[in-house]
Amino acid sequence: MLQETPVYWRKTRRLTIILLLLWLVLTFGVNWFARELNQLDFLGFPLGFYMGAQGALLLYLAIIVYYNRKMRALDAEQDNARDEGG
Amino acid sequence: MLPSLSRLQRYYLVYTGVFLLFIAGLAALEQNGMPPRWVGYAFLVFTITMYATIGVLSRTSDVSEYYVAGRRVPAFFNGMATGADWMSAASFMGLAGTLYLSGFQGLAYVIGWTGGFVLVALLLAPYLRRFGQFTIPDFLSARYGGNFIRLVAVGAAILASFVYVVAQIYGVGVITSRFVSLQFEIGVFVGLAGILVCSFLGGMRAVTWTQVAQYLILIVAYITPVAILSYNVTGVAIPQVVYGQVLAQVSQLEKTLFDSPVEAEVRQLYRERADRYAEKIMQLPVSLTHEREQLANQINELKASDAQMREIVALERQRRELPHDPEQARVRWENAMYSAVDRSKPPVHHAEAFPGETPEAQQAQRLNFLALIFCLTVGTAALPHVLMRYYTTPSVAQARESVFWSLLFIMVLYITAPAYAVFAKHEVFTNLIGIPITKLPGWVAAWSKIGLVGIEDINGDGLLQLAELSLNPDVIVLATPEIAGMPYVVSGLVAAGALAAALSTADGLLLTITSALSHDVYYRIFRPDASTQFRLVISKSLLLVVAIMAATVAAQKPGTILSMVAWAFSIAGSAFFPALVLGIFWMRATKAGAIAGMLVGLSITLYYILRLEFSNLSWLGLQGQAMEPWFHLQSTSAGVFGVLAGFVTHIVVSLLTPPSPEAASFLARIRRGHDREVS
Repeated sequence: MLQETPVYWRKTRRLTIILLLLWLVLTFGVNWFARELNQLDFLGFPLGFYMGAQGALLLYLAIIVYYNRKMRALDAEQDNARDEGG
Repeated sequence: MLPSLSRLQRYYLVYTGVFLLFIAGLAALEQNGMPPRWVGYAFLVFTITMYATIGVLSRTSDVSEYYVAGRRVPAFFNGMATGADWMSAASFMGLAGTLYLSGFQGLAYVIGWTGGFVLVALLLAPYLRRFGQFTIPDFLSARYGGNFIRLVAVGAAILASFVYVVAQIYGVGVITSRFVSLQFEIGVFVGLAGILVCSFLGGMRAVTWTQVAQYLILIVAYITPVAILSYNVTGVAIPQVVYGQVLAQVSQLEKTLFDSPVEAEVRQLYRERADRYAEKIMQLPVSLTHEREQLANQINELKASDAQMREIVALERQRRELPHDPEQARVRWENAMYSAVDRSKPPVHHAEAFPGETPEAQQAQRLNFLALIFCLTVGTAALPHVLMRYYTTPSVAQARESVFWSLLFIMVLYITAPAYAVFAKHEVFTNLIGIPITKLPGWVAAWSKIGLVGIEDINGDGLLQLAELSLNPDVIVLATPEIAGMPYVVSGLVAAGALAAALSTADGLLLTITSALSHDVYYRIFRPDASTQFRLVISKSLLLVVAIMAATVAAQKPGTILSMVAWAFSIAGSAFFPALVLGIFWMRATKAGAIAGMLVGLSITLYYILRLEFSNLSWLGLQGQAMEPWFHLQSTSAGVFGVLAGFVTHIVVSLLTPPSPEAASFLARIRRGHDREVS
């Protein structure tokens, strides 16, 4: 238990927290203001409605894509580190 | 790996081709006079035969194959199977209907059910796969140690999955009773047979490959009618892109329709009716006796005069159907009053967020909306039948990829659902409202017969007003092809899709329940020395028992599909989410904390649902226990309190108990990066 947190886990955790905050803002922050956002027009939709019906979904997918890409890079980094360490 | 992957893709490509040919063939036959009923039968027989074939081909008696499909499911196909596992009768039938009825407020389901996958991706899937056992109770028991937590987890998994599976089987009953005219109760058991052929022989392996097949059918079935509608209305067959302008038209129609004097008159009539019921309820039991006497007098008068026998019989039936005692009268009249109150309210504008007449009412709507999103996201990330799917991929990286594919495949339906609702509303507003009741199209009668569509000419003008039409949310998707006057083959296709959605989810859920019982309880706790052969025998027999129990409950029609499903989410979320997430991300989380958190969370959620939804539980000896909701939140959002209480309890109790020594090594193992894959 005394050994320090491995780099891999530290980086994973930071990435997770950042993306989670982004998700929180997107899910609860944006929708809190749906009534106000509905005053604006986006592609022929009221913006608040659009965010709930499509916008948020596409951004969720983007969050997962970004996470997977970062994690793949992190995995590769770890492989390299292990190779160098023997 | 690659050749086998492309072989699988070839199989499913051929399968999809055969299915499309089959639809085209039926369409041609219908043109040449094949009766609709046979179209319904053809779809039912064809699709269930397909699933059964796949089920039989993938039968297995290997434990790892049975529980986790041998961990050989590629990310792409696991995504598709998760999609079918995930999208239930509620998503397929209920969602567009709820969006139709409540407009913007229904988007909470769309946001919640997709947003939850971000939590699955970030917080759970990679770690569960890295752990690599069979069930969710396995994970909790390994992290926290001991069998007691395993039992708590098994209980919660069974409770959530059972509520959920009842909703699916109910959906199957609705479909079969409408499309092949079976009696509802018989339809339920036919659906059961369809579920069993897939999961009984081959466990997870068979379920996975049938779910892929079911995904393909359900997505084709979901998109086809709305694409046709979109083409008819706008000239573009991609409804998701163009429905903005249709929404604008609907809003325009709403403005003229809602404020028209005749609609106001109908709403006034309903308000008066609600007042009459309220008065009658106030004066119970006198009002009931009074009513009975009045009917008796009428009958005697009619008998004395030489009136038509038919009228007398009708009145006598009315007398027979009067409530037997004041208690029953109260329940029945209260329902009638609430339904009249509902119809007397001015309808909601489709795109309006948080509608309400006062700022307080709007604020309550906003809170309900966000609370429901919260419950659904957290529940998504806690439902055992979905999480289990991430045990089946070959590696951690594949588990991550497969969350991406899951969300992509699921999104196709969730992006379409709001469009579906808008197009259906456009169709109803332009083609149904204001036409003479005697000239209503045939589908209205067909659906009224099974009680899901109601028409009442309350103002007696012979025309249909919006407030006189009541639609159960579960019929919108199934009836849209008929509402828009499409050939019956489209209706058959939609029914087949809905059936696929219900069956695939029910399969996954039944498997979760039985693996919890056979693997976690029987094998892990009672008989660790049981032979693998015998474990599978136990598992298969339990599957049968649970399936029959679920069908029996479903035959009682306990609630609408969507509300049953929302309860399952709250139950799963409050039981599992804190224990899983804290278990992975917080080393200090202890066994005592986890157990306390799970029990407290679960109890609060159940308490809230029961107090709000079931004012009388006669079998528990409870009566008149209905209470005012906390912060105006509906029972579908019960999980908010359960999850938050679960987190707080878990953290407080963990800090009060000594840290568990095994946590560090367990966490080091699941938090590690991937092991090099041999490529």
